[in-house]
Amino acid sequence: MILVWKLAYKNLIRAGLKTWLNALALSFAFVLIIFYNGMIDGWNMEARQDAVEWDYGYGHLRNAGYDPADPFSIQDGHGILPEPFRKDLTPVLVWQGTIYPQGRMMPVLIKGIEVNQETVKIPSEILKTSTAGYPVLLGRKMAESAGLKKGDPVLLRWRDKNGTFDAVEATVVGIFETNVPFVDGGQLWMSLKTLQEMTGLHDEASFYIANEAYVPEPIDGWTFIDQETLLKPVTDLINAKKYGAAIMYLLLLAIGLLVIFDTQAFAIFRRQKEIGTHIAMGMTKGEVIRMFTAEGAMYSIFAIVLGGLYGTPLFIYLAKNGISFPVSGDTMGIIIAPTIYSVYSAALIVKTFLLLVISATLVSLLATRKIATMNPVEALKGKAL
Amino acid sequence: MKLFILLLVPFLWAQSPDPYVILDRVDQNMLSTTKILEGKMIVYGKRNTRTITFRSYSEGIDKSFTEYLSPAREAGTKMLKLKDNLWIYSPAADRTIQISGHMLKQSVMGSDMSYEDMMEDRKLKDVYYATVKGEETVDGHACWILELNAKVKEVAYEKMKIWVDQQRYVPLREELYAKSGQLLKRAVFSDVQRFGSRWYPTKINYRDVLKKGKGTDFIVTRLKLDVIIDPYMFTKAALRR
Repeated sequence: MILVWKLAYKNLIRAGLKTWLNALALSFAFVLIIFYNGMIDGWNMEARQDAVEWDYGYGHLRNAGYDPADPFSIQDGHGILPEPFRKDLTPVLVWQGTIYPQGRMMPVLIKGIEVNQETVKIPSEILKTSTAGYPVLLGRKMAESAGLKKGDPVLLRWRDKNGTFDAVEATVVGIFETNVPFVDGGQLWMSLKTLQEMTGLHDEASFYIANEAYVPEPIDGWTFIDQETLLKPVTDLINAKKYGAAIMYLLLLAIGLLVIFDTQAFAIFRRQKEIGTHIAMGMTKGEVIRMFTAEGAMYSIFAIVLGGLYGTPLFIYLAKNGISFPVSGDTMGIIIAPTIYSVYSAALIVKTFLLLVISATLVSLLATRKIATMNPVEALKGKAL
Repeated sequence: MKLFILLLVPFLWAQSPDPYVILDRVDQNMLSTTKILEGKMIVYGKRNTRTITFRSYSEGIDKSFTEYLSPAREAGTKMLKLKDNLWIYSPAADRTIQISGHMLKQSVMGSDMSYEDMMEDRKLKDVYYATVKGEETVDGHACWILELNAKVKEVAYEKMKIWVDQQRYVPLREELYAKSGQLLKRAVFSDVQRFGSRWYPTKINYRDVLKKGKGTDFIVTRLKLDVIIDPYMFTKAALRR
């Protein structure tokens, strides 16, 4: 067996430039697979972290009537959580309203949050220290679409729990930067107490954000959604992108494998006399097939080495400096940081290594199967095929 | 002495009329058993103006059926209101949907009026305390200014002001206020015409004053009062007819 590998190695090295060109073609696929998956994994990791830090915390305890995906549920989806169950939870009340920036009408989701909270990154402490009558916070995207900046007054209109209209002039006391569109676009944050007074929903909340220490327990009229369930749509969306883009690098891999297949198929035709000689000297057909298959497999090893040589500095650079995107993801409604830092796990590298070696070996085996049907005498004459 | 008091009564009433009597007279004038109205709604937008024509059938304040006739995009759209329920039939989708909850806050055909505004059908004197706050001339007509303050909790506007024509008992102006006292909407009624024994404003400009723009005009082109309307008109089946 060692002899087979030694011969295969010598044959490839002797082939010189041809070997390295084949390996280079395959190495592009290897580098691209690791690059793309590393970037997606980095995006996934950042998106999950952002979603947890800005909105999900360690889970949401939702009022049974509240469904964030259903605006119809806002009207009735709130309630009073008994005091003993409120430990390690940050209350949020969601209500509908309208703002009129520069005379334009914009429907908004008003979110009242406990100003002393530290569970999520919404800078609610600004609301506590502000002296404005109705201080509100906006995300950067929302501020841009409304044409508002810090210190601007904006007329806010809403209906209280009885359906009676009310309107006040609110003041934008802060604009926060976030990658999470579902705490930014079309939303306005204010003190929970102020919103409760405005709506007449005293002590009520639509949902609570759990912190790390929260221990879920069954509460009548409330449903706990754990962090992983909340994160599932984020991960599913990113994975969908991952599988969609796999077509691109699998195509490149297919080109690389086609090169190996062609090379091996041509090599068998060109090296018939060599095959005949090996058999005449006592090698079985199986051993000759294994030698040629080993050559194919070795292309993938060379490709990995070659890809490692130019890919490693690139991967290190991308992990340290990231890739910046000119268009912010929040305009597309997905969590995407302006700069994505690639993450390369050992599993990713091992999986890519195995994919490349196994596929190259199989392709090579397909090309060398003809040896099994060769007549050794005809092969020695170079007329077997 | 008695004669003096009798002579004084109409004078005193003229000085300080009963606001509820005024509201009753307005209702008598404006509300009919049934009504068939044809008109157009002119929506003044930022860049363009849209005119939508419609025909509306109503019975009392609980039942109404409206069919939009033009432009082509809106033609065939029908709306049925039965007490607290509102359905819309869209010919493009060939579907009837019930407008409720959040959707009620949306504007009707892009106008300044929301579906909720359309749904408000209680008599004013049932939900508001009324006082006469003074008199003012609007478009050359002497008016009483009635201030209405909500006496029930479930009301869209905490406060209203209505300018009622002293001769014709028709509202000529209406202002709707938020709880905070902020003026939210204003309606201006004009082109008052006589239909039988009633006076009726044939042009209403309805405007969300918080928003820039000229609001929406509702113009009555044809009005028939107290006519017989087929009860079938106020059924959901009529929407798909």
